[in-house]
Amino acid sequence: MEILLVLGFPLLGAALLAMVGAKRYAAEISVAVSLATLLAAALLVLRIIRHGPMTAWNEEFFIDPFNVFLVALTALVGFTTSVFSRPYMRIEANHGRLTPGRLRLYHSMYQLFMAAMLLALTTNNMGFMWVAMEMATLSTVLLVSLYRTRGSIEAAWKYFILCGVGIALALFGTALLYTAAEDLLGGEGMGALLWTHLNAVKGQLEPRVMGMAFVFLLVGYGTKVGLAPLHNWLPDAHAEGPTPVSAVLSGLLLNVALYAVIRCKILADGALHSNLPGHMLMGFGLLSTVLASFFLWRQRDIKRLFAYSSIEHMGIITFAFGMGGPIANFAALLHMTMHSLTKSAIFFAAGHATQLSGTQRMDKIRGLMAIHPSVGWGLMLGGLAILGMPPFGVFTSEYLILITAMRDHPWATPILLVALAVAFGAIFSRLQPMVFGDTPDHPLPHSPALVPVFIHLGIVLMMGVYIPPALAEWYRLAARLIGG
Amino acid sequence: MPHVNFAAQVVQMLAGALLLISFAMLAERRSRRLLILLVWQGVVLVTSTVLVAASAHLTHLYYSAALTLLLKVCVLPLILFRLMRKLGIERDNEPLVNVPTLMLVGLCLVIFAFGLAQPVSALATTVLRKTLGIAIAVILLSFLMILARRKAFTQVIGFLSLENGLFFAATTTTYGMPMVVELGMALDLLVAVFIFGIFFFHIREQFDSLDLDQLESLKED
Repeated sequence: MEILLVLGFPLLGAALLAMVGAKRYAAEISVAVSLATLLAAALLVLRIIRHGPMTAWNEEFFIDPFNVFLVALTALVGFTTSVFSRPYMRIEANHGRLTPGRLRLYHSMYQLFMAAMLLALTTNNMGFMWVAMEMATLSTVLLVSLYRTRGSIEAAWKYFILCGVGIALALFGTALLYTAAEDLLGGEGMGALLWTHLNAVKGQLEPRVMGMAFVFLLVGYGTKVGLAPLHNWLPDAHAEGPTPVSAVLSGLLLNVALYAVIRCKILADGALHSNLPGHMLMGFGLLSTVLASFFLWRQRDIKRLFAYSSIEHMGIITFAFGMGGPIANFAALLHMTMHSLTKSAIFFAAGHATQLSGTQRMDKIRGLMAIHPSVGWGLMLGGLAILGMPPFGVFTSEYLILITAMRDHPWATPILLVALAVAFGAIFSRLQPMVFGDTPDHPLPHSPALVPVFIHLGIVLMMGVYIPPALAEWYRLAARLIGG
Repeated sequence: MPHVNFAAQVVQMLAGALLLISFAMLAERRSRRLLILLVWQGVVLVTSTVLVAASAHLTHLYYSAALTLLLKVCVLPLILFRLMRKLGIERDNEPLVNVPTLMLVGLCLVIFAFGLAQPVSALATTVLRKTLGIAIAVILLSFLMILARRKAFTQVIGFLSLENGLFFAATTTTYGMPMVVELGMALDLLVAVFIFGIFFFHIREQFDSLDLDQLESLKED
C-alpha cells in the first residue's frame, strides 16, 4: 500500500503537471506532490522499521533496509529540490531563458523522473529495474537540453547516446542473468528475474555465466554511475542542464544506478565464490577517483567542477563497496547519504551564485559573501563539507573508508589520499576567490531559496557529530545485507 | 547434435543473414538505404522468432514476435521515414573514410564475439545456442557503427540495430525475456525514438545540419 503511494504520487503529479501547464501555481503543485511522496516514503520507512523486510504485489516489489533508506533519501532530496526550483526556475524564466512550454515540460518530467527512480529502487524484478533505469534516462534527456542552446543540445545528445549504449549492455547482462537462473527457477513465470528468488539460489547459479553477466551489468549501470572511463556524459549533462536537474542527477540518479550495481554484486558474490566482483568495483572506483580529482584542476565552469567532484565521490563509494565487509559497507552507505545531501546543497548554492553573477565561469564569479552572504556561506560550507572537513559527515565516512583500506588493502591508501589531497587543492583554490573578494552587484528578481541548502548541510553536520543510534543500526543492517 | 531440425537450420541461416546485414550497414553511406537495411534486419528477426516459437512450442514468443513486427518493422521505420522526409535528408551522402579498415575491425569483433559466447552457449539449453556468437557480433558491430559515424541519423540507426542484436541474443539464449519486461522495453524504445526525432529538429535548428562534427564544443580545455 505504501509502495503504491510512493510510486503513485509522482506519477499522478507528472500527469497533473502536464495538464496544468505553466500556470503560476505549477511550481507549488510540484512542491505539494513531492511533499506527499516524502510523507508516503516516511510511512514506508515506519512500516519497515516495525515489520522488517517485505514483498508486495506477487513479490514484484521488495523493500529491505538497504533500499528503504535510499527511497527515503530520494524522496527527501526530491522534495527539497522542488522547493529550491520554485524560485530558481522563476528567475530563469524572468531572464528569458525559458518559455512557458518548457516550464511545463520541466515540472512534468521532473516528477516522472522521481517516479522512475523510485520504481528502480523498489522493484524486485531485475527486468523492471532495467526498464525503470531507461525511463529515468529518457525523462532527463529533455531536461538536460531544456535551454536549447548549442551546448545543452550537445550535452543531451552525448548523455542519450552514451547512457543508451551503456544501458543496452546492462540489458544484455540481465538476459545472461536470466539464462543462468532459468534452469533453477523455471523460465515460464517471472520467478527467474526476481531478485529475492535469485538471492535464495545464488550459490547454485552457474559461475561463468554469472561472471559475464556481472561484467555487462557493471559496465552498463556503471556508465550511469559515472565510473571512468565511461564518465564523459556526466560533466556535460550537469553543466548544461538547469541547476535543479544537476542537483537530482548528482544527488540521486548516481545513487540509484550504484544501487543497481550493488544488487547485482550481491548475486555475483554468491555465485562466483571469489572476490572478483569486489576487485572489479575497487578497480573502477579507484580509477574514477584518481582521474576525476586530476580533471578537477582543469575546470573553469563551476557546475563542471562539482560534476567532476561527483565522479570522484562515486568512485570512493564504489571502492568502499568493493572492499566489502561490515565497516566498509557501512561507510559506503553513509557516504552515499552524505554525498547526495551535500552535493545537492552545493548545486543549489552554485545555481544561485551563477544567477547572481550571470555566468558559470568561475573566474567571473567573485565576492559572493559581499553580494549575498547566505549564498556565499552556503557555497563555502558546502564546499568544506564535500572536501571532508571534520565537523561534517563526509569526514566520518571518508575516515572509515580510509582506515578500512589501510587495514585490508594498504596499497590503495596512498592512492586515495593523494586523490583526496589533489581534489582538496583544486576545489578550495577555486572556491575561496568566488566567495570572498569584490564584484559589481546583480540583484535577483525573486528571493532565492536557501532553506534547502542549510537543511541539507545541517543534516550532514549533525551526522558528522552524532549519528542517531536507530539510524546507525539501520545502516549496520543494510551493510550486513550487502555482505561481501 | 541431436536436435537440429529443419526450423533450427533455417534460423541459423537467418542468423547469418543478420550478420551480413550488419556488415552492409557498416559500409552503407546513404541514409535511405540504411533505413531499408534496418527494416530487413527487423524482418529477419521476426521470421527467426516465429520459427523458434514454432519449433519450441512457446506461445509467448509468438506475442513477442508480433510486438517486434509491429514496432521494429512497421512503426519505427515509418516514424524514421517521415522524419527523413521532413528533414530532407533522404539523399544524404555520408563520406566514409577507410571502409576496408572498418571491415577488418568488424571481422576482429566477430571473432571476439564468438570467443565471448563460448562459455554461455555451452550452457544454454535452447536449440539456437550456437547463434549467440552472431548475436553478440551484431551488438558489437552496432557499437562500431555508432562510434564510426558522425551523423545523428546514422547513430540512431546504429542504436536500433543494437536493440535488434540484444533482442536476438535474448531469444537465442533463453527464448526471450518474460512478456511484461519485453513490453516495458518496447515502450522505452518507442519513447526513445520519439525523443530522437525531437532532437533531430533541435540539432538542426541550432547547428543547421545533422553533422555531429559540429557538436564538439564541450571539451576539456
